[in-house]
Amino acid sequence: MAEEKQPLNREQMAAVLAQNMGYGWIVNLGIGIPTNVSNFLTPEQEIVLHSENGVIGYGRLAGEGEEDPDIVNASATQSVTLNPGAAIVHHADSFNVIRRGMIDVTCLGAYQVAPDGSFANWKITTEPWNNLGGIGGAMDLASSAKQIYLAMDHQTRDGEPRLLEKCSLPVTAPSGVTLVVTNLAVVAVRNGKFILEQHAPGYSAEDIQAVTGARLEISPDFRRVSV
Amino acid sequence: MPRPRIVMSMDEAVAGFADNSSLMIPGFGPGQPTNLLAALWRTPATGLTTISNGVGFESADEDLKGLGDLVMAGRVTKVIAAFTASTRPSRTGTAEALVANGTLKAELVPQGTLAERIRSGGAGVPAFYTPAGVGTETATGKEHREFGGRTFVMETALFADYAFIRAWKADTAGNLVFRRAARNFNPIMATAARNVIVEVEQPIVEAGEIDPDQVHVPGIYVTTLVRIPVGGVLHINRASGMAVRQTA
Repeated sequence: MAEEKQPLNREQMAAVLAQNMGYGWIVNLGIGIPTNVSNFLTPEQEIVLHSENGVIGYGRLAGEGEEDPDIVNASATQSVTLNPGAAIVHHADSFNVIRRGMIDVTCLGAYQVAPDGSFANWKITTEPWNNLGGIGGAMDLASSAKQIYLAMDHQTRDGEPRLLEKCSLPVTAPSGVTLVVTNLAVVAVRNGKFILEQHAPGYSAEDIQAVTGARLEISPDFRRVSV
Repeated sequence: MPRPRIVMSMDEAVAGFADNSSLMIPGFGPGQPTNLLAALWRTPATGLTTISNGVGFESADEDLKGLGDLVMAGRVTKVIAAFTASTRPSRTGTAEALVANGTLKAELVPQGTLAERIRSGGAGVPAFYTPAGVGTETATGKEHREFGGRTFVMETALFADYAFIRAWKADTAGNLVFRRAARNFNPIMATAARNVIVEVEQPIVEAGEIDPDQVHVPGIYVTTLVRIPVGGVLHINRASGMAVRQTA
């Protein structure tokens, strides 16, 4: 009997991102779903989390009573814990770490992504450049991290696809995305193609293709997510 | 050694703030000079150009009046920031409407570029090349150059008339120490302004009491020190939204 369709929630998407991190990586987690990733990393992974505000080596989100008003992640509002060996630098030094190329992967939220690895996450209109938007550290990260993972809903609230042949919104970077985790699927981005690697419970490749605005190649290893 | 001016109130610290000045405002969650901004709100200062990570929101609490309030009151003519508009369709940012109708100028900058522009201002370096923003709208019209087969965009330094700083500790020589992620933009902004006004959480100690090896910003950059007085705002409790105040 077919499994009931069950899109991934934000925590499950964060858990999938955490599964895709290698031993000892230096990882930057952006605002939104990615900041939850710190709760799903295992000690064995020995990941070093870096945040734009200069915190190097933070851990899971702080529990009640553990919050320190001066220790936050990229959201600037979520309190996090520090792991033994953590260090604090100022904002310019924090972006040294990024531009020098020390970040193994940056996990970011996004509105749109295309098979060439370009993505859009700083502006919600197609108005010509008018100095309005919310870039944060995304462009610095996207230009210099070794890989970019995106976490996003598969479609807009109006049901429009977010995985497109070409981004219609202004891009954050013209290339660099290697993995997209959505509420319906895990999609690798390689050689100018979207490769459908995993599906949320109950979703077939046809179901996912039907709500995707670009062609998906199906991985020989296509399988259900395990979270 | 020349010593910074030490004053007893926020109002005294910002007295004489000149119209049409540029102002650096640190903070990324923690590390905001909340009390100096509220004091600036109480002055008639106008025509500001501000340099900050975001533009902020308005506050109903007089003690929490800040950049968002100054912007909405029309007292800011230009914002330079990494966030000038909301990235959520459901929430319109403070500055957006004013920029749209032309009463407020904005300069949107990638955050690492913003930090480096400030550091460069404090370092006496007029410009630098960065990979951030290459191939995006933010690099439009800027000089591009290749180094080692990779394309970079030129960005220029920022230097301001004033910086408002939030420090954890200070001594009478003006040496500053920051705590945890409240450090953020504070050390670099403290080096990139002509007048550096610092609000301090802990009691200001005698010169010599802070170990020279532990100093984050040397006192030679600092113009004015003021300890956050009893009742002054230390930070905002994120769960309750209430201000946590200095008690002793």
